[in-house]
Amino acid sequence: MNALRYKLSTHLYLTLFSFLMLYPVIWWAGASLKKTEELSLPTIWPSKPMWSNYWDGWHFSSEYTFAHFFGNTLLMELGNVIGGVATAAIVAYGFGRLNFKFRGVWFSILLLTMMLPGQVTVVPQYILFNKLGFVDSYVPLVLPHFFGGGAFFIFLLVQFIRSIPRDLDEAATIDGASVYGIFGRVILPLLKPALVTVAIFTFIWSWDDFFAQVLYLSSVDKFTVGLALRMFIDQFDIQWGQLLAMSLLSIMPSVIIFFLAQKHFVEGIATTGLKG
Amino acid sequence: MKTERAISSMQTEKRTKPKRKLKGSLHLAGYVFISPWLIGFLLLTLWPIAQSFYLSFTDYSLLEEPVWTGADNYTKIFTNDTTFTKSLSVTFMFVLFSVPLKLFFSLMVALALNKSIRGMNLYRTAIYFPSLIGGSIAVAALWRNMFGIDGYINQVLAWFGVEGIGWISNPDTSLGTLILLNTWQFGSTMVIFLAGLKQVPQELYESASVDGAGKVRKFISITLPMLSPVMFFNLVLGMIGSFQTFTSAFIITKGGPINSTYMYAMFLYEKAFKHYQMGYASALAWILLTIVAILTIINFMASKYWVFYESDGGKTK
Repeated sequence: MNALRYKLSTHLYLTLFSFLMLYPVIWWAGASLKKTEELSLPTIWPSKPMWSNYWDGWHFSSEYTFAHFFGNTLLMELGNVIGGVATAAIVAYGFGRLNFKFRGVWFSILLLTMMLPGQVTVVPQYILFNKLGFVDSYVPLVLPHFFGGGAFFIFLLVQFIRSIPRDLDEAATIDGASVYGIFGRVILPLLKPALVTVAIFTFIWSWDDFFAQVLYLSSVDKFTVGLALRMFIDQFDIQWGQLLAMSLLSIMPSVIIFFLAQKHFVEGIATTGLKG
Repeated sequence: MKTERAISSMQTEKRTKPKRKLKGSLHLAGYVFISPWLIGFLLLTLWPIAQSFYLSFTDYSLLEEPVWTGADNYTKIFTNDTTFTKSLSVTFMFVLFSVPLKLFFSLMVALALNKSIRGMNLYRTAIYFPSLIGGSIAVAALWRNMFGIDGYINQVLAWFGVEGIGWISNPDTSLGTLILLNTWQFGSTMVIFLAGLKQVPQELYESASVDGAGKVRKFISITLPMLSPVMFFNLVLGMIGSFQTFTSAFIITKGGPINSTYMYAMFLYEKAFKHYQMGYASALAWILLTIVAILTIINFMASKYWVFYESDGGKTK
């Protein structure tokens, strides 16, 4: 019976702890339907749900609805994900499979850039994009993803590629495939689960990459959801219920993707862990 | 499975072409493949680093050409800028508390979750969830409401007889609320710890049991050393990341009250993009880089004394 008691107590404290961790989020869902006066209460459900918080929040800006901001953000995300997925695979194949001069040096530099504080490059990058006339456009946000999608993803894919048996490449070479052919017909199809992981993380991270958005986008017309929320927060008299309602909506894409892709996610990581 | 299928399908095909490739063309192919990253690195990392170093010795407002001022920026920063001193000390405080707290929590919870009980995935997801959304501006808004003077946190505290204050508007507690928000997002660090725990060979625990080792003994002599590389990884990346905290300070407290949460990244941002002192901001960036680099090097050097690497027997089969 001791084992059962142990199990039960484990479940009990894990449930309690999970609840404590999630309480702010649960409260948030209820708060998005509350009147301002009720927002100071720790209770979840409002006495009378104000569904109008969502309608009014959606239309808080006189010029645009949140549909516009969601559209902008998704457009930016489309570019980011395509850029990251397409180029990370190419670069990772180069590092993971091909031999070339200074490969080790370049790979060490790649790893080092993961530790570089972004503050060091941000000012000159801004100056560069300003000179090219790209400030207040999505170019400075999207373009960097087309250069390999970020060191972290390249590293992830290199690890993955190294776990694919080299016999496959050799067999394809014997069949007369060039390195480009091996990449396209052997490696790329096998990379699919890892590329899903890259796509998910690119999406979620760039959704939250507020610094770049606040830096480069200045006209309301181009605002992302994050910037629209900031505009909301900076109002003189904040309608908190509406703000919390829109904030909650703003995290939904990431949350939905996370739950939908959990299977892929786990698969991707599990396969990465598999050693050839 | 897929691999096996691919192998067998390939083996059945005919083998005609010669297998050797020209060495030179392989070198070229390598560079063709890494070229997206290489171009990006040269254009958006290496060149900006060099330019930022140059700019740190200039006065530059973006509108006119940079004017060389020698070490003026640095002299001013170190001798005549109280905001610099303040924001640096605020950032150090933030790093000093949030990094160990996050490491501690994520390790403890990872240990609790490293069991095979039904429903474990559910707990893991629940505890990971704040990390998924925590860095967003949406959660920053939520935090600002919760910890405001009228926030629900104060109501909960009132049940325990604690008198509420404006946690965000009080300079003594404002940084604490940001540290708390950061600690709440320990989930991703925890996932890395969990992966590390799965790698610890069970035989070690079994043979320790045979030798009569207790739970605590096993934890100290097996779990901790085996986890130390993961701990080191989390420590290094956590520290570098914390030095760059921006969104929470920018949205929740706006650096205030009386600069009590004026994080270094925010200070730098405002110098560069609010006051357009690009040269000054570049000097600030180089100081940050130097501090982070020194601390990372110290971390690496100290790691020799506490990080345990298994002799690399299993790496290449």
